Amino acid sequence: MPETLQITNLHVAVEGKPILRGVHLTINRGEVHALMGPNGSGKSTLGNAIMGHPNYEVTEGAIELNGQDILAMDASERARAGIFMAFQRPMAIPGVKMADFLRHATTNVRNPQRKEGEELIPMRQFRKELTAKMEQLKMDVEFARRYVNDGFSGGEMKRAEILQMAMLRPKFAILDETDSGLDVDAVKLASQSIAAIAQEQEGGAEMGILIITHHDKLLEYNTPDFTHVMMGGRIVETGGVELARELYTSGYDRIRSSYPEEAAVEDEMQQAAAAAV
Amino acid sequence: MPSTLAFTGFTQEAFDAFLAARDEPRWLVDLRRQAWIRFNELALPARNDEEWARTDIRLLKLDRFGFPAGEILDGDMPHALLAEGVELGGSTATRDSVPAGTQLSEKWASQGVLFGDLSELVAEHGDLLRPYFERRVVDPHRDKFSALNAAAWAGGALLYVPRRVRVEQPLHAMSALSDGGVDLNKTLVILEEGAEATFLTETASLAAHGGGLHCGSIELIVEPSARLRYVNLQNWGDAVWHFAHQKAHVASRGGIQWTIGALGSRLTKVNQHVALTGEDAEAQVNGVMFTQGRQHLSYNTHQHHLAAHCRSDLLYKAALQDQSRTVWRGMIKVDRGAQRTDAYQRNDNLMLAATARADSIPGLEIEADDVRCTHGSTSGRVDQQQVFYAMTRGYTRQEAVRMIVEGFFQQVFDRIPIESVSEALGEAIGRRVRAIGEQ
Ligand SMILES: Nc1ncnc2c1ncn2[C@@H]1O[C@H](COP(=O)(O)OP(=O)(O)OP(=O)(O)O)[C@@H](O)[C@H]1O
Ligand SMILES: [Mg+2]
Repeated sequence: MPETLQITNLHVAVEGKPILRGVHLTINRGEVHALMGPNGSGKSTLGNAIMGHPNYEVTEGAIELNGQDILAMDASERARAGIFMAFQRPMAIPGVKMADFLRHATTNVRNPQRKEGEELIPMRQFRKELTAKMEQLKMDVEFARRYVNDGFSGGEMKRAEILQMAMLRPKFAILDETDSGLDVDAVKLASQSIAAIAQEQEGGAEMGILIITHHDKLLEYNTPDFTHVMMGGRIVETGGVELARELYTSGYDRIRSSYPEEAAVEDEMQQAAAAAV
Repeated sequence: MPSTLAFTGFTQEAFDAFLAARDEPRWLVDLRRQAWIRFNELALPARNDEEWARTDIRLLKLDRFGFPAGEILDGDMPHALLAEGVELGGSTATRDSVPAGTQLSEKWASQGVLFGDLSELVAEHGDLLRPYFERRVVDPHRDKFSALNAAAWAGGALLYVPRRVRVEQPLHAMSALSDGGVDLNKTLVILEEGAEATFLTETASLAAHGGGLHCGSIELIVEPSARLRYVNLQNWGDAVWHFAHQKAHVASRGGIQWTIGALGSRLTKVNQHVALTGEDAEAQVNGVMFTQGRQHLSYNTHQHHLAAHCRSDLLYKAALQDQSRTVWRGMIKVDRGAQRTDAYQRNDNLMLAATARADSIPGLEIEADDVRCTHGSTSGRVDQQQVFYAMTRGYTRQEAVRMIVEGFFQQVFDRIPIESVSEALGEAIGRRVRAIGEQ
């Protein structure tokens, strides 16, 4: 049986405000899922909830990894269990070199039982692997000496997220708009790299991927097995690759008219968000 | 362990006995006596003194302490953190202000470098050193603490580097304090014209929770075109009272890089003063502080531009845990003739607990009209978004917070080219950081 990440009837609130209102989604390792939907529909919220962000409160429903509930696990434990997210807006950590950051992260994720203070993976071995991965991603080795996301361009940040994924070798990866900020050539390279990384995962199995995107480019080398459309905090429709094609060419008009209730919630959320600004 | 340190307070009798036990040149004894008179005239600073308004020393009982004794109780010394992995040109040590041995490589001794215990060297080289003492770089009459140190300093370190001699290997000094002990060290560094040196000093208690009194002075004299790198790591036990006046004179085209690491003590009150006395002199001042428990660390920094075309750049960073408190008062003073001054001061504080408090009080006093003087200060908490981000990469909360704190200090470490210094400070701070709760 393949390993699975299963989300059942997930309700999530931020600052007491309901955002996700019953999301169902099952991802098997080896599958590519595309998640699309208008701005503010709740896509990043789903990713943050899966990662265990403390501000995203799960009010109902379940998230299970291979049948085991992960809601009680903190973000660190989820990462060590093999779940990864490339963020839409990665955080900068000034003063911490990319290489040092990743060496510690890689050690922890590869040795989930590691206790604080125990040995890190040997420097030489780590350097070698990091350099190889950076070459694959056509990144300048100088990058490893820069501070994590500090002063990175939008595109550099997204590449750095892919590099982290390559080093951490997760079982399941959520890529939240990893294509935004990348130039045409970089998106193509990213798409190829993601496909390659998905092949060489921990335990020999392939990675399960959830690609959140508004475009088609990342999907070029990662043909979705399933496409989901989120609206008003729910997945309203699931299809194959043809659904993705429809959405990035024709937009959400058909979806909106087919799901008036969710579209109304969506509009309400948008207005509330606009009013809050 | 019962304390074998028995003090009778800073009494006249004890002072006479202290002087009688020392064999010092007449001029030095006179200087001590003058300062002693001043010490007795002055009261301890009170809270209505603006400089002391935020620093409460009402619990300090000076009469529980006394003049340094003549001998060392045992041979124990704290581990020298700054010397780790460094090939030293020499080292010297004191314990409770009593000399505990000096080494100086023949390579430097043969070039005229004097290094070691100040009280021993002043007895031997009185004529050479007298003018530097008489310059009173630190004013003995400034307050009760400067007067006490001037009257009763003992032990301490001297580094004297003759003209154009470049001491490439760092020198190291350790001042150790036993629990309940007294340290009245005086440090005197003289770099003659064109000389260069790196001096790593640390002050440490034998016990992490040790108490005692340090009332010290540091005088750094950098003559024209000389370059000094001076590091001072304060790692006293967390019950030690720490008072110090520290001052550098930098002459024309001279340069100083002065780094302070402050980790220990119950209460610290330091005046750190850099005077740029000749044209085209420069000073870089770095401060790294980590406080916890109920520690109170107060630093008055002073960047004084007396001559034209000088540069000074100060960066103090502090991270505070528990109910600890720091006070930084920074002053840039530019005299009338000091045109084309370029001066900068900045203080960043990272609050690791809502109960900690950092006061940051920058100040400018500018009498010249063609200058560039800027200052800034920030105070913030560990960003929970950063913590979450690191946790999604497998860091535990504790590891994430520790990494973020170390990153916060990295900006200072990047300015210090001596690896043992940033490593020692980084590690000591890493060990102290405890995870903080969400929000
Ligand atoms: N941390 C937060 N604090 C407050 N509101 C939030 C937070 N995170 C999400 N929201 C709100 O939840 C709603 C869904 O946001 P989310 O980021 O999940 O949308 P999205 O589908 O990823 O949009 P986009 O395509 O623009 O990235 C929005 O109204 C947003 O303002
Ligand atoms: Mg989003």
